[in-house]
Amino acid sequence: MADFEPKIIAFCCFYCAYSAADLAGSLRLQYPANIRVIEMPCSGKTDIRVLLEAFEEGADGVYVLGCMEGDCHFLKGNFRAKHRVQQAKKILDDIGIGGERLEMYNLSAAMGPRFAEIAREFTDRIRKLGPSPLRTKTTTTPEKTSPGQGANL
Amino acid sequence: MIIAEGKPLAEVAGLIKEAKKVLVVGCGGCVTVCLAGGEKETGILAAELRLLRQKEGNPLETVEVTLTRQCDPEYVEMLDKYVTDDVDAIVSLACGVGVQFLAERYNKWVVPAMNTKFAGGTVEHGVWEERCGLCGECILYKTGGICPIIRCSKSILNGPCGGSQGGKCEVNPDTSCAWQLIYDRMQALGKLDLLLEIQPPKDWSKSRDGGPRKVVREDVKIDA
Repeated sequence: MADFEPKIIAFCCFYCAYSAADLAGSLRLQYPANIRVIEMPCSGKTDIRVLLEAFEEGADGVYVLGCMEGDCHFLKGNFRAKHRVQQAKKILDDIGIGGERLEMYNLSAAMGPRFAEIAREFTDRIRKLGPSPLRTKTTTTPEKTSPGQGANL
Repeated sequence: MIIAEGKPLAEVAGLIKEAKKVLVVGCGGCVTVCLAGGEKETGILAAELRLLRQKEGNPLETVEVTLTRQCDPEYVEMLDKYVTDDVDAIVSLACGVGVQFLAERYNKWVVPAMNTKFAGGTVEHGVWEERCGLCGECILYKTGGICPIIRCSKSILNGPCGGSQGGKCEVNPDTSCAWQLIYDRMQALGKLDLLLEIQPPKDWSKSRDGGPRKVVREDVKIDA
């Protein structure tokens, strides 16, 4: 397991974490290269389906970064994200992937060092948990088709 | 609308454990509005089932389709092209009506992904309450627009009963006594005298008493 390099997806709110990541870069802070950052207009864009898809597509861990509570640019986006992440954690527990592979953190745009710290902390956690149980089971992703809603049929 | 709630994932997964390819069918009607079985929930359920099966080393192929409604044959027909020979089961996220319409049309193993709960409405985002008992003969004009059939725990027509305490029902302290609500409302409307009128017994033959019900409207039938 020593050579296991986790694949981690970080969904970052544009107003805090995304800028914090920039700051971490400007400060030349080192953090694990396992993190794939995805920009969101607000953590309130968090969608359970997308979180599950990340795991389906091979992520070992996923985290959502939103603004400090009470500081959301859109007032309540980070609280909505928090509830959705909690629900998605329950789903992951049900499936047996484990809710601990998903987390939500809050930070501000000025917290570049905290961004790097979260990246290290979460990567350590996933490294300890090992690869996603899905990775070892099948090499091919099962087929999925979604032709869409009534109008497109 | 009809309020439904998703069954636990393990239960749905158990119902299709033999299947290799399933059609996961959402409904654009009531269950979309009550956030239980619309396009989004269909996507989530399909992803959950795929992940679960992938973890078990027995991958599941899913096809997601959300019909405008599952309780109208013209929309159900649109599913025909997706119900191919290699589909082993159909998972319906509609209410019990949709599940039956699919089961009637296709010679496939059709399973419900929802528990259909009641006829109700949204009281706040994420909270739904029962409002109609579907009794077949509406008496809301007698009770100030508050239904004693479904909102009174005993469905009594001459309440309140002795279990009404401080405006709450003895069955559950969170439930308002329907008859207290009715009395208060009639009082506010200045129509308390209507409650003193002698009422004939309710005709329950229009409810579930006579078996499954049917409504026929000759004026709107197409084949004359």
